[in-house]
Amino acid sequence: MIEVVSESRCVSCNQCVSVCPTNVFDRGDDGIPVIARQDECQTCFMCELYCPVDALYVAPDSEQVIGITEQEAEHLLGGYRANVGWGKGRTPVASHDYMYRLSQFARF
Amino acid sequence: MSILLPSGALQLQADVLVIGGGPAGTWAAITAASQGAKVILADKGYCGSSGATAPSGTGVWYVKPNEQLREEAKASRYDMGGRLAEHRWMDRVLDRTYENMNRLGHAGYPFPIDDDGNLHKRGLQGPEYMRLMRKLVKKAGVKILDHSPALELLVDEHGVGGASGVQTQTGDAWTVHAGAVVIATGGCAFLSRALGCNVLTGDGYLLAAETGAQLSGMEFSNAYAISPTFSSVTKTAYYSYASFYYEDGTPVEGAGSKRGRSIIARKLLEGRQVYAKLDLAPEEIKPLLRVNQTNFFLPFDRRGIDPFTDLFPVTLRLEGTVRGTGGIRITDETCATSVPGLYAAGDAATRELICGGFTGGGSHNAAWAMSSGSFAGEGAAAYAKKLGSHAADRKLQSVSTSVITNTAPASSAKTEEIVRAVQEEVAPYDRNLFRTEQGLKGSLQRLDGLWKEQRNQAVELSANGVKAREAQAMTATARWMYNSALARTETRGMHKREDFPGLDAGQHYRLISGGLDQVWVKPEAVNETPSVKEVVTP
Repeated sequence: MIEVVSESRCVSCNQCVSVCPTNVFDRGDDGIPVIARQDECQTCFMCELYCPVDALYVAPDSEQVIGITEQEAEHLLGGYRANVGWGKGRTPVASHDYMYRLSQFARF
Repeated sequence: MSILLPSGALQLQADVLVIGGGPAGTWAAITAASQGAKVILADKGYCGSSGATAPSGTGVWYVKPNEQLREEAKASRYDMGGRLAEHRWMDRVLDRTYENMNRLGHAGYPFPIDDDGNLHKRGLQGPEYMRLMRKLVKKAGVKILDHSPALELLVDEHGVGGASGVQTQTGDAWTVHAGAVVIATGGCAFLSRALGCNVLTGDGYLLAAETGAQLSGMEFSNAYAISPTFSSVTKTAYYSYASFYYEDGTPVEGAGSKRGRSIIARKLLEGRQVYAKLDLAPEEIKPLLRVNQTNFFLPFDRRGIDPFTDLFPVTLRLEGTVRGTGGIRITDETCATSVPGLYAAGDAATRELICGGFTGGGSHNAAWAMSSGSFAGEGAAAYAKKLGSHAADRKLQSVSTSVITNTAPASSAKTEEIVRAVQEEVAPYDRNLFRTEQGLKGSLQRLDGLWKEQRNQAVELSANGVKAREAQAMTATARWMYNSALARTETRGMHKREDFPGLDAGQHYRLISGGLDQVWVKPEAVNETPSVKEVVTP
């Protein structure tokens, strides 16, 4: 579930408020989004992917809140977006040659 | 065209209203717009991130128009699906998928390049695909209403003519009057937290049934995906490289991701935790697997588990009709339903026409979404055009089984209780995966009671009211599922009857269903076409 909104990284674009399919966030008074309905989080990682400054951390646990802090998650922030190849100067993983290579071995 | 009422309620007019903004809804919207229709798309969440496709990667049933390749593709799930698919439909879905995937290439989807320098179009990465679809929807001039679930359909004596609902982020009501409505709300996974599926609660089935539309194949609704116990990531394909073990490392005899999934379910039912490890993956393809499904590895990486070498506990997570094949019954090639002005596409519609009773998961569902979306978009646009100016002076009324009101007391605790009660009937493997007459009847008795409890209750025009409608939709869905499952006294496709373990040639038909207070089920013949060509293999 979504566990961390990094206030130091957040640029108040509120993209996460818009893209969350289950409406987990509210706009905060100070511009920083608030995790208002954490139990509605379906652990789909979309907010993290759309965050332009890697300020969000979705813990992989979909069944319970693990209580990870920003400090503990620091080295993990943005990892998924980097793998998907979103962000300036990156190439989308969708075009990765391995997508084609794997199809030579198996068809999913 | 938009009139902002003093109350803040949004009132809009369109030729075509599309409910749902996943792949089927977005294809319906851009296709209807390309026919000159004015289109509005309302998504319960956010068009681009909502639904089962957006957070995943998926294969696509993309087969070049080569006769032998096409025949092989059609044969791949035909027998497993209990021979309920129709060749005519498989042909037109393969054609339209081929066309639409090529369109995606032209629109800038970053397909990889094959050894001959051509775009390789056998799969789509969900985030990329759905971000592009949102862009194309906007480019087509379609108005998008995000976070705007539909709560009720509006009809008159001529058929469906719009919908209304609530904008959950502002609390404002919305109403759209439209010549035709496309339901593309996805399937129903009963809030099981399968990846991206918690917005898929069968809402469109209920909306359609309230207008008198029918469902089909609702017995094919017991899809379960393998996933780590702690995780939402339900990508089952990679488990073909998995072995399954008990905690002490001894193998679970007969367990597997395809044919052995029942063994896993039976062990879990016995209270024995099953573990997996992808130890059958050849060394050279491990890096390829990592790239192909980046989200598959995400939970493992974040938990510090190496799924190729470490044991991790698994469960079977309900995906219901999302990976099943049942849904709203389609009555013609435009994906019309039995109610004039109402169309259905994607997982909201039955997918039996292309995969029978075997899972639609992955490539078939992806192909069906983009094809049926296009068919429905064309059909709805043509229907609206035919209505012409009459569309504007219709006297439309809600056909909801609940009164949607501004003043109903919000009782989210009650809603949660009902949701848990429905989940208690549909999630357990010994009720839904392994079905028996006795078990189904017991569940139906309780589900009928739950339906009566909710029937005619006032529903608040708010986010809480949306939840109450979801609970109703899931209750209704479970009743169509289990009444259909009771009627099919055999084992066919994914539908497994413990008391009728064999296939009965006498039941080679589809089961259509409907009704709200009184649920009915009846057989419908499979349209066998003589165009089936035998593939001559040398």
